[in-house]
Amino acid sequence: MSGHSTYEPKTAFERWLDTRLPIIRFGLDFMEFPTPKNLNYWWTFGAILAFCLATQIITGVILAMHYVANAGLAFGSVEHIMRDVNYGWMIRFIHANGASMFFLAVYIHMFRGIYYGSYKAPREVIWLLGVIIYLLMMATAFMGYVLPWGQMSFWGATVITNIIGSLPIIGGAITTWLWGGFAVDDPTLNRFFSLHYLLPFMIAGVVVLHLWALHVPGNNNPLGVNVKSEKDTIPFHPYYTVKDGFAVAVFVILFATFVFFNPDGLGHADNYIEANPLVTPQHIVPEWYFLPFYAILRAIPNKLMGVLAMFASIGFLFVLPWLDTSKVRSMRYRPSARLFFWIFVVTCIILGFCGAHEPDQQVIPGFGGFQLMDSNINSFVWLSRLGVLGYFGYFLVVMPILGLREVPLPVPESISNPVLAAGSAMPAGATASPEKKG
Amino acid sequence: MADTVATTSPGDDPSRRDFIHIAATAAAVGGAAAIAWPFIDQMNPSGDTLALSSIEFDLTKVQEGQQVVVKWRSKPVFVRYRTPKEIAEAVAGDHADLRDPATDESRHKPGKAQWLILIGVCTHLGCVPNFGQGDYGGWFCPCHGSQYDTSGRIRKGPAPKNLYLPDYTFLSDTKVKIG
Ligand code: HEM
Ligand code: FES
Repeated sequence: MSGHSTYEPKTAFERWLDTRLPIIRFGLDFMEFPTPKNLNYWWTFGAILAFCLATQIITGVILAMHYVANAGLAFGSVEHIMRDVNYGWMIRFIHANGASMFFLAVYIHMFRGIYYGSYKAPREVIWLLGVIIYLLMMATAFMGYVLPWGQMSFWGATVITNIIGSLPIIGGAITTWLWGGFAVDDPTLNRFFSLHYLLPFMIAGVVVLHLWALHVPGNNNPLGVNVKSEKDTIPFHPYYTVKDGFAVAVFVILFATFVFFNPDGLGHADNYIEANPLVTPQHIVPEWYFLPFYAILRAIPNKLMGVLAMFASIGFLFVLPWLDTSKVRSMRYRPSARLFFWIFVVTCIILGFCGAHEPDQQVIPGFGGFQLMDSNINSFVWLSRLGVLGYFGYFLVVMPILGLREVPLPVPESISNPVLAAGSAMPAGATASPEKKG
Repeated sequence: MADTVATTSPGDDPSRRDFIHIAATAAAVGGAAAIAWPFIDQMNPSGDTLALSSIEFDLTKVQEGQQVVVKWRSKPVFVRYRTPKEIAEAVAGDHADLRDPATDESRHKPGKAQWLILIGVCTHLGCVPNFGQGDYGGWFCPCHGSQYDTSGRIRKGPAPKNLYLPDYTFLSDTKVKIG
């Protein structure tokens, strides 16, 4: 970690423990961790994510006390949780909406990382561990969504497991192995429950590595410049514990609004119909947080290529630190990168929008358009193809080329001197050191 | 320790050391692989799942122009009683530009053109196509819009293959055994 430790054991017991298991020292050093003094609210999403993980684990363990992982009983047991178990409805709605809140937070956290260049040296490993957490979250949420054994659970599971089946040669054997049968059925449900229980604890493990990796170089900050001296930092506690606490409280308001006022708003009504392996619902859509990937899958007419494009769209996140050629971390000083960043955000949202619609549906209702290759130009297929182009273009063209071509604005030399050679322009007191006040 | 061991002790013989290292590593890797297999294979279909692999179906339950869906190996199987018009359309389709070329003849039992028996799983990503919908009068998959003709051949949309045929035999004119 930072190397300095100010802990001095006071009692005899603390001294005894400190030479055997220095856990108090570890905790206190963690809380004192010197943190850049200029972190803004986008940096509170780490704490919000920790809150989300804890919420999912606590509510999940409780749900598991009442839930039955059996194809004949699962749907009924979730109804039993909703109607009969004391506060079961609330705990389930917290868990179901908690998954959405978790993804909302993780997306903001990841876009924050891209905007401020937090994945650049020396923080590549932090970013990679983050992408692993994100993958584990997707697997967890996907398997969790299967558990209530409604129509969307069943058909979502069918479509996603069949995606793996499209791999050449081994695909079929792998899907049969995943299913434990010839279709999604009871064995599938049981193993998904087992893994859904396990993976969040693996996420917690990777979070520990993520924080460990974070505590080696320390936090990035909105200016993207390195911490130069102690003047640039403040201790994590109380400054950021309070700021994070406030952000979590605001986040909980949004969370509670969903849980208590629109608990099924993010879900799909068909999931209140019990799974029927013989009838596919008219319109199947994944949860909102998977929609952009679903749109990428469907944008490409070839089955295998669609699947590969979908995997690649996540795979590129792993190589992001090496695709970006710019040495300037924060986009505050990269006006053109900022423009492309927002185009990228909008692209992701458009892809999500496409994922929610039928491929053949018109984007602009009533506009005739014309046929281009296999579909009408005014259809969601073509809009998602445009989105796919934008998405991959950002990683493969913008990221590598922009860093070499653009002219960044002057970067401040340190956090405490935010405006280059403009000390006189700063209002009096702006350089006051909050770390001296407490 | 170091000075109690003679420098030329038999254990220092490089070739013997290497042999022991390689042998131990090979045994460990082989052992790990051998023990891994049961842990992987337990997820494959179990004995009772494999045992439920054939069913009999009474064809008098299906009316001309209709289909009945039966469950076989937890998958839907379409048993469709085709009308002469549907059969004619399917035969005419033999000459169309097919993605997965197959004649209608090859998709039913000889002399039983009215009975089309197919696995009702879209070859795209596994949804169950809807009967009688789509441009070709066969099936339309609600998931991503694949369209099948009255022979169950893929005609439009993302699916790569025709609907698969299960193994089945006619036990009599009115009874089939699937599986
Ligand atoms: C990373 C953390 C987690 C995420 C993202 C997550 C996500 C989900 C989702 C999306 C559902 C479906 C909700 C619905 O529509 O009903 C679900 C259900 C469920 N989860 Fe989790 N979960 C997490 C952690 C856990 C943990 C640690 C357990 C503990 C055993 C658990 C147990 C359950 C149970 C029993 C259900 C079925 C009941 C129900 O459908 O409400 N979950 N989970
Ligand atoms: S599953 Fe039928 S079209 Fe995709």
